[in-house]
Amino acid sequence: MNMMSEAAVEKALDKKMNDVSFKMIGKDVSVYYGAKRALFDVNLNVRQNTVTALIGPSGCGKSTFLRCLNRMNDTIDSCRVTGKITLDDGDIYDPSIDVVELRARVGMVFQKPNPFPKSIYENVAYGPRIHGLARNKAEMDQIVETSLQRAGLWNEAKDRLQEPGTGLSGGQQQRLCIARAVAVSPEVILMDEPCSALDPIATAKVEELIHELRANFTIVIVTHSMQQAARVSQRTAMFHLGNLVEENDTDKMFTNPDDQRTQDYIMGRFG
Amino acid sequence: MTDISSSVSSGIAGAPRAYRDIGIKRRYAAERRFRIYGISAILIGLFFLFTLLWTVFSNGYTAFVQTTITLPIEFSEQTIDPDAERTTDPSVLLSANYPVLVRNAMIKILNIDPANRALVKRATDMISPSARIQLRDVVMADPSVIGKTVNVALLAEANVDSANKGQVDLTVDEARRKINNQQLTWMDQLRESGVMTKEFNSGLFTSGASSRPEASGVGVAALGSLYMMLIVVVLSLPIGVAASIYLEEFAPKNRFTDLIEVNINNLAAVPSIVFGLLGLAIFINFAGMPRSAALVGGLVLTLMTLPTIIIATRAALKAVPPSIRAAALGLGASKMQTIFHHVLPLAAPGILTGTIIGVAQALGETAPLILIGMVAFVVDYPGSPMEPSTALPVQIYMWANEAERAFVERTSGAIIILLAFLIVMNLGAILLRRRFERRW
Amino acid sequence: MNTSLIILFILVLGLIGYVTGRTRSLSISGGKLSALHSRPVYYGSYVAIWAVIPSLIVLFVWLIAAPIYIDSLIRSSFPDSVLSQGSATTELTLGTTRSMAGGILLLSAEELEAAKSGTGNLREILASKGVPLASEAQPFMIEAAESFNALSATSRLLMTIVVFAIGVLGAFFAVRRIGLRFRARNQVERVILAGLILASSIAILTTVGIVGSMLSETTRFFQSVPAYSFFFGTVWDPRFAAAGAAATAGQFGLIPLLAGTLYIALVAMLFAVPVGLFAAIYMAEYASPVVRGTAKPLLEILAGIPTIVYGFFALVTVGPFLRDISTELNGLVTGNYVNFIQAQSVLTAGLVMGIMLIPFVSSLSDDIITQVPRAMRDGSLGLGATRSETIKRVILPAALPGIVGALLLTASRAVGETMIVVLAAGVAARLQLNPFEPMTTVTVKIVNQLTGDLEFTSPQTLVAFALGITLFVITLFLNIYALYIVRKYREQYE
Repeated sequence: MNMMSEAAVEKALDKKMNDVSFKMIGKDVSVYYGAKRALFDVNLNVRQNTVTALIGPSGCGKSTFLRCLNRMNDTIDSCRVTGKITLDDGDIYDPSIDVVELRARVGMVFQKPNPFPKSIYENVAYGPRIHGLARNKAEMDQIVETSLQRAGLWNEAKDRLQEPGTGLSGGQQQRLCIARAVAVSPEVILMDEPCSALDPIATAKVEELIHELRANFTIVIVTHSMQQAARVSQRTAMFHLGNLVEENDTDKMFTNPDDQRTQDYIMGRFG
Repeated sequence: MTDISSSVSSGIAGAPRAYRDIGIKRRYAAERRFRIYGISAILIGLFFLFTLLWTVFSNGYTAFVQTTITLPIEFSEQTIDPDAERTTDPSVLLSANYPVLVRNAMIKILNIDPANRALVKRATDMISPSARIQLRDVVMADPSVIGKTVNVALLAEANVDSANKGQVDLTVDEARRKINNQQLTWMDQLRESGVMTKEFNSGLFTSGASSRPEASGVGVAALGSLYMMLIVVVLSLPIGVAASIYLEEFAPKNRFTDLIEVNINNLAAVPSIVFGLLGLAIFINFAGMPRSAALVGGLVLTLMTLPTIIIATRAALKAVPPSIRAAALGLGASKMQTIFHHVLPLAAPGILTGTIIGVAQALGETAPLILIGMVAFVVDYPGSPMEPSTALPVQIYMWANEAERAFVERTSGAIIILLAFLIVMNLGAILLRRRFERRW
Repeated sequence: MNTSLIILFILVLGLIGYVTGRTRSLSISGGKLSALHSRPVYYGSYVAIWAVIPSLIVLFVWLIAAPIYIDSLIRSSFPDSVLSQGSATTELTLGTTRSMAGGILLLSAEELEAAKSGTGNLREILASKGVPLASEAQPFMIEAAESFNALSATSRLLMTIVVFAIGVLGAFFAVRRIGLRFRARNQVERVILAGLILASSIAILTTVGIVGSMLSETTRFFQSVPAYSFFFGTVWDPRFAAAGAAATAGQFGLIPLLAGTLYIALVAMLFAVPVGLFAAIYMAEYASPVVRGTAKPLLEILAGIPTIVYGFFALVTVGPFLRDISTELNGLVTGNYVNFIQAQSVLTAGLVMGIMLIPFVSSLSDDIITQVPRAMRDGSLGLGATRSETIKRVILPAALPGIVGALLLTASRAVGETMIVVLAAGVAARLQLNPFEPMTTVTVKIVNQLTGDLEFTSPQTLVAFALGITLFVITLFLNIYALYIVRKYREQYE
């Protein structure tokens, strides 16, 4: 039931993309871990209702940049961020901005599926519950159902909502984590190599899901795989050694990149 | 749902997102409360730690000083050996009436009328009854002092000692005080003339049990503890290391080794008093070893310490990377050679740290020793681990049961000594760990 | 020759064997060490092992078996008048004979003659030598004592000869086996391995010893006091009676002691668990490295302080403080300045024990909490949960099994704690619910019953073992269940 016709989606999105609006803007973002600098003055804008893929060899800073977008780097003691990142024109590193509020608007899905050791239902209901998004049980049920549907997990999980989330297969667990993020109804969803721990079939399902989520959310995804970036994203940013090398339309990036290093990487000369 | 816009506006992706209420204020209040609980928990723990240490130190530091009264004692032959028999029967020196010497000296120095018995008694009461033994020892060591007058530093009686240290509340009515005004006046007098002084209390470290607080010390108990610690180290270190080597390096994974494993972990958590019962039933009642002996105490403490050492040693062996073993085996060393030549030396710091911690635990252990009869009143140094002896913590227990104020001071002093030993041992363990800590 | 001298000689023999073995292996190698299978050290050790170990084993077996055999010989030599009176009398006579045998050795020939001819009283003569006898010496006992001495001397002589013979033969056998291809190292290593196995079975032996000794003493206790009146009795009143006067055995009800033990442990846990748990949570989740690095070791000092010190702290500080504060409170509220908290009370003991348990709870919980994978934290924080929400809703539920295990281990420690309760809980065995009144515990009573002169036949003494095994079984179940839970928990996150 979640299968929208490809054409309808494209049409709706094309309309939005024509008037380019930036959901998040990163300006001169640098990150230091202790004395070590991990990012060098990155300027990268994230477009509304677009999937932006961050690619590059390991250790290039793509995950670090991603984690800046909802201040997950705050949980690392030695980490320091400079520069400016805005969400809908508000500086997310402004002292008046609250991390909890920010993370409710910018959700995150992690590399390894990390369902809580609770039931499937409770996993999805966790976010809405802490944020007080449901007024009663019926509303919560509704949110859980909708979120699981959006994550394409409803059909598989609807009969076992009370079973532990850790009992699902790897791919299902990752979709559960996506459902969990969706349930908070954030505006942006960050995905940190969401398919790296999954087999090809589960990966295909998640990719399909990302494609559909784009209708309602702005998505930034870090990926190892160039094919995946080409399949799921509209915009792609290439990182190398902590620098943003190039940011472009995905089609252009994979056919005719502006930067030599991007070409080398895509051709498989390094990375 | 084919219509995107309807799903966007339906419920969960609610429209005015930036302004939705997620209860930030309430949640941060909860966060703050939670944090405060955590901080208070730590503060409560630290508060009790410092109160405990404060109790011990404030009560105990004065135990290291002792009031002494140096009297010119006239060793009159008439009193000690009226019939001049000492060349033929030396035992007269043992049973001579030494308290008279003290009395005479006090009468002289305080200028009291010898006929006023009450006053004389008050004066002699200021000197510890242990003076008798002290003087006897002087005479026994050198009988030639008889007939001479020699200055001897005698211990003041416990209440005089307390008063001299300012621990007696002088506002209390005289009748309810253990020290009366007359004695206080004398004390001032003696202090001014330099007869009464405060000296370092070496007796606390060298003496044994005594019914008089001023004459009792932890020396004898400490020797008992030393014997036991030696036995513990000599037995539990080799046995513990051997057992760990077998379990970690050789033992097949089967029911039996599983049983040993569970056993060791359980033994580490068995109440210490149960080990005391074991010692009583097996070592004393069955094997017929002497009661109150440091040997039995040492054996019981060894059994208690073994699990600690085994657990620490196994962790240390586990921490040696397999590559070291592979390298030695690859050169043709036997498994036994690999372990004894390469693995064991690398694990040695960890093993030693575990041993020190285990021995420190054993040093503070009291309950099992009480059961095997080490609560004895031991006055003399035990010559061997087979002789009746007592231990430092047991001495503390016995003193803690005494009612006199001066014993509280002694108890705290003994605790300070015990804690000092423990601190030194634990610091040693920490230094060892720092010095040899290895990151593979 | 006395035993330690024999052992010393065996060790010397071993040393000689070592040198011989080493020299011989060197000589047969003809200077080419690589021709030997093992290094010369191993040949030396091999000979030493053969010289020492079999002879030592024989020595110890002999030392245990010979007295038993001699006793049975002496026992059978007693006249029927003694034997017919049952085993108790026989054993008593045997005991007297043995101490007499020891005493006779101290006597001069004339004194012994006098005793034998009946002109001197042997009991008095021996008493003057510091050897007290339990009963009057009878002529047959003097004879028995002499034959006891003769047998012991023969046995000792034989033992010395046999042990040395075995040592020397062993060494010869070993030296004879030395050859170029002889695998001395493998042989020596097998002996070492056997030693290692022996060492690791000591843990088992300890448990067997605990269970065995306590079970046998407890069985003896249940012969004079029925088991049900011990386990279900509500009155504890073990009158200390003169030996043998079993008529006034007293009552040995476990219930009041068990109630006191559990009550005090409960109070201690009520105090220690929240404090320890919150301290652990704060240190694991909030504290900066500096705070953590200071507070953690400081709290761990509490764990290193001997329990006797806590007992003293309860006795001189906490108990009087609670008593005085209750006097003040009572005075302020009712005007009647009488304390309602006793200096020795469930509260005093529980509170001080709680202080002692704080570091156990906190360091065990700290281990468990830090084992919860970082991904769990990130997952929750990434959804916009605050730290405390993450802790309460994700980390604690995930760590719950481990924490429960840790708490059970702590409870086991609280139940078995002795010195604090001995000094702070009181000795009156009462069955009541007021935490301000003294109660007593199983451990206190074990100490009470076993302090002073002991007699291993009276129920007053034996009850301590019944209490001990009760304590052991309770803590055993707590420990094993807790260890099982913690182990399962560890495996889950490994």
